[in-house]
Amino acid sequence: MTLPDEALAALQAFEAAAGWEQRARLLMQWGERLPALSDEDRNEAHRVHGCESQVWLKGELREGHWHFAAASDARLIRGLLALLLVRVNGLSGDALQEVDLTDWFNQLGLSRQLSPSRSNGLNAVLQRMRDLQASPAL
Amino acid sequence: MLLPSPWRADFPAIAALQRQDQTYLDSAATTQKPQALLDALTHYYANGAANVHRAQHLPGAHATQAFEDSRNKVGQWLNSGDSGQIVFTHGATSALNLLAYGLEHTFSQGDQIVVSALEHHANLLPWQQLALRRGLELVVLPLDSQGLIDLEAAAGLIGPRTRLVALSQLSNVLGAWQPLPALLAMARQHGALSVVDGAQGVVHGRHDLQALDCDFYVFSSHKLYGPDGLGVLHGRHDALQRLRHWQFGGEMVQDADYHAARFRPAPLGFEAGTPPIASVIGLGASLDYLATLDQSAVHTHEAALHAHLLQGLQVRKGIRLLGAPQVALASFVVEGVHNADLAHLLTDQGIAVRAGHHCAMPLLKRLGLPGAIRVSLGLYNDSADLERFFEALDQALDLLR
Repeated sequence: MTLPDEALAALQAFEAAAGWEQRARLLMQWGERLPALSDEDRNEAHRVHGCESQVWLKGELREGHWHFAAASDARLIRGLLALLLVRVNGLSGDALQEVDLTDWFNQLGLSRQLSPSRSNGLNAVLQRMRDLQASPAL
Repeated sequence: MLLPSPWRADFPAIAALQRQDQTYLDSAATTQKPQALLDALTHYYANGAANVHRAQHLPGAHATQAFEDSRNKVGQWLNSGDSGQIVFTHGATSALNLLAYGLEHTFSQGDQIVVSALEHHANLLPWQQLALRRGLELVVLPLDSQGLIDLEAAAGLIGPRTRLVALSQLSNVLGAWQPLPALLAMARQHGALSVVDGAQGVVHGRHDLQALDCDFYVFSSHKLYGPDGLGVLHGRHDALQRLRHWQFGGEMVQDADYHAARFRPAPLGFEAGTPPIASVIGLGASLDYLATLDQSAVHTHEAALHAHLLQGLQVRKGIRLLGAPQVALASFVVEGVHNADLAHLLTDQGIAVRAGHHCAMPLLKRLGLPGAIRVSLGLYNDSADLERFFEALDQALDLLR
């Protein structure tokens, strides 16, 4: 499966990163690029629980393609959200089903963020994404 | 300042963690284990496991002997003398739930249960839920600016309707010894039962339960360098009499028919099912080990390390301590930095500290914080551990600010 352009750019940047410090800098840079979520969309319905920080995720299926938006008050999770969204935004319902997101974060060298003990919320975000896929009207 | 721990080598996991570039500073969550405990577990499993208080055979007799020896060792550790009994449970949380269910029948609508604002969920939720089941009033004692239960406020809140007072000895977030003697006296004055959550307190220094004079004292084995899956409940004889049996099955029964049964008194009557036998024996070994240590040397080391931790935090810009920690741990937040971000970068650097609400959500909410970072110390930690932490902290803050 071909990667969206931005996802490819992210992959190249993270693959080239040497060490935790560079990865952290990259994560923060990607976090700054995350499009803002409006105040009204930062509501309880979009809130993802199970995170140490506040996280919101909104997803819509428009003309057969997924459009997600997300926000957090913590910078590194914003980066993780940005990396997630570049991988999934614009995909069709079927294509999104096909994406192995665990593998995606693995390729980025960020697999630790998905370990079962992590409470930073990336797991909870992925779960919410699956819930949205299952019932897009949510 | 160099503060080596003379006991570090007694804990093999510390070296193993170091080989994995991990600096363990989360002992308030759970502790690493001494070799003496590992040896005891191996010995028990390698030489013949058996159930306790059931079998007439030799392995059963040996296991039961070792199990009951551990009970005595716990009693000695707490200097409980003949004041009461030691009941083994499956954890401190389990012990507190046993109390909340076992004492339920002693409460009537409108009675008060008193806890403090700093309780761990384990010593809050069982009482909160009991209050909801029975229409009781849960009274929450406020804290002063130092993180101590406010005695003046407590004197106004503990009264004739108070039936039970459940308080933590040492806060797992604020690291402050609570003024228990004064609070327990207030409970006694009004005829209320007292429960002390010693999960953190029991780990630091020796405590004399006869002097403390509470009705129930609870702690958790795994925080006291012992195995997990094991809690300890000490109850005074008269207080245990008021406890109804809670969980049923196994050797807690005296006589059973199809439609009725009679149960044993404490301790066995409250140890339903097969107890965590190996863990009980292991805790005995950990206590034997701890008893060989020079207590004043342990105290001096822990105090020096804690002072070093506080000093290192205080000289750094923008760090705000929660309360005024006295021992064992320090929780903090950094101005303008999300605790989740800081935790992320400390983890990246192999620093094992705890971030978040520390199982005390109402306390963190009251402090107006989404979470905090907690550094907590064990007797195996040394100043090099703290230097690694400070270095990682500086690196993380450089990146984040």
